[in-house]
Amino acid sequence: MANNSQDTPRDLRKMTGIWVVLSVAADLLFWFLVGPHVPPGRMTETAKNNQLDFNILLVIALPVIIGVWVYMGYAITHWSAKRNGPEPVGGASARSNKKAQVWWIAVTSFVVLFLAGFGTVALIVDHGSGGGEGPNPVWMPAGAARAETAAINGTGTGILTEPGGEHVLPVQVIGQQWKFTYRYPTFGGFESSQLMLPANTTIAFNVTSLDVIHSFWAYQLSVKADANPGVNNVAFTETKNVGNFTVRCSELCGLWHGAMFNYGSVVSPSDFVTWATTTEAANHANTKDLPPFAWTYTPDANNAAGGWFPDGTVTPYSTVETYGAKQPAS
Amino acid sequence: MSKGGRLAISLGLFLVAVGLVVWAVAAYLTPGTPGGEVNFTNTQSAGQPVNLTVESVGSIGFGPHPSWVSYMTKDPHTGQWIQDNTWVLPANTQVNMTVYQFDSGSPLRNQQWGQVEGTTNNSATVNGASFTHFDSRTGAGVGHTFAIPSIGLVVPLPGVASSNICGAGPCLPSKWAHNTVTFSFKTPGPGSYNWQCFVPCGLGYLFGNGGGMSQENYMGGFLDVVR
Repeated sequence: MANNSQDTPRDLRKMTGIWVVLSVAADLLFWFLVGPHVPPGRMTETAKNNQLDFNILLVIALPVIIGVWVYMGYAITHWSAKRNGPEPVGGASARSNKKAQVWWIAVTSFVVLFLAGFGTVALIVDHGSGGGEGPNPVWMPAGAARAETAAINGTGTGILTEPGGEHVLPVQVIGQQWKFTYRYPTFGGFESSQLMLPANTTIAFNVTSLDVIHSFWAYQLSVKADANPGVNNVAFTETKNVGNFTVRCSELCGLWHGAMFNYGSVVSPSDFVTWATTTEAANHANTKDLPPFAWTYTPDANNAAGGWFPDGTVTPYSTVETYGAKQPAS
Repeated sequence: MSKGGRLAISLGLFLVAVGLVVWAVAAYLTPGTPGGEVNFTNTQSAGQPVNLTVESVGSIGFGPHPSWVSYMTKDPHTGQWIQDNTWVLPANTQVNMTVYQFDSGSPLRNQQWGQVEGTTNNSATVNGASFTHFDSRTGAGVGHTFAIPSIGLVVPLPGVASSNICGAGPCLPSKWAHNTVTFSFKTPGPGSYNWQCFVPCGLGYLFGNGGGMSQENYMGGFLDVVR
């Protein structure tokens, strides 16, 4: 506080003026110049919403940090002790200022509570914001439940169109040391090392693992879901723009963890159908040898359930199991 | 001796014991020195295909882990089988690869690796017969795969069903039962690309992905592709 209490309102007005100008300028510069480039981009609705959330956080955080800097700079330039001068701090003005304290607590509490509420609403509205929701998702986009049922029952083909007009595609992500593979249950259940997705479509990622814990992180899609053996971890997103994206394993999983990545593409729906049907035909012979599509797989012939290899009872794939009591609601 | 002295000695001995256990575990888990490189850039005229011959053996038979499963490389200059599984290859060049597979097999954990991908025409030959996929639930299953994940190359290596299984490397094709798998692929641009096996063949380890599967130069290595 100033050593002259009569100066305080004037100092406050000056600091406030500087703070408002700098904050508005910083927020505008950030919002229009930096904001559109903030990761993870806008390839999916999830990514777009997450980018918006990050930008709103920054727009709120910038005035806070600028306020601290302005006060600090003002204090250094205006209230520092002069050489051989009187001690600037002391007396009644150096004691607590209840008004300032109340304002500080009120404003920071409001900001924190607002952000907590905002984050919670964003999580629900964005259907989990791209995170794995476990085998029984709480926040499901429209049509996703029916699409999941169609996938497991083998009753839907191609990109599924729901009564509301939503396009939905279930995709299974299978982690194994050290590569992700992808199954497309509505295209004959073929499996591929490539991840191709149609634009403007809700994607239901069903993520599982055949051995240890991996984590499927499609960075530009803003989707991240752990791949646990014996668990179907579901995550949603809605693709928007065509483009390429990177998939990385984000769970330390062994020797070649660092090499466990691949690139994927969001393409137009017609290009996707062409690719999927072509690959379905090309892989047909091998697809017949795959186990039937299921949410999880336990190929006990070589101890994927966690045993020691080999177990001495080499048998064909065990009966595939579905995980959890709840099948997707129809 | 005082009570405090006895306590100090007991504590010291306990710490020494803990230290020994930690050291032993760390020594066991710490990878040894990776093997060396084999240079294939000077084995043929510029632009001509490179011939790369390797073998997969159930037990390497020597070194710090003689019981571990491993690949071995045929030195293009001396013809010797060596455990140097990083290969220096010219960029954008066809590689004609021959794999002598000496190990037994089992069903694949993921049958997707039974499909040949990333090779010329997405096919390979086993003992002279062309194939594009291999059902690992048939015959002796699949022993190993040769895969370069970053360029999408996967080739299953069928297991050997014979009593004449090679016990320790290097294994001579003229002496032991084996399957000969051949295929071709084109090297990408300059860079370092890892190769690996997708069969959990680390005998005696959890999930089968320990041992030779978790140490470079046994069931994995690198292609150092240069201009």
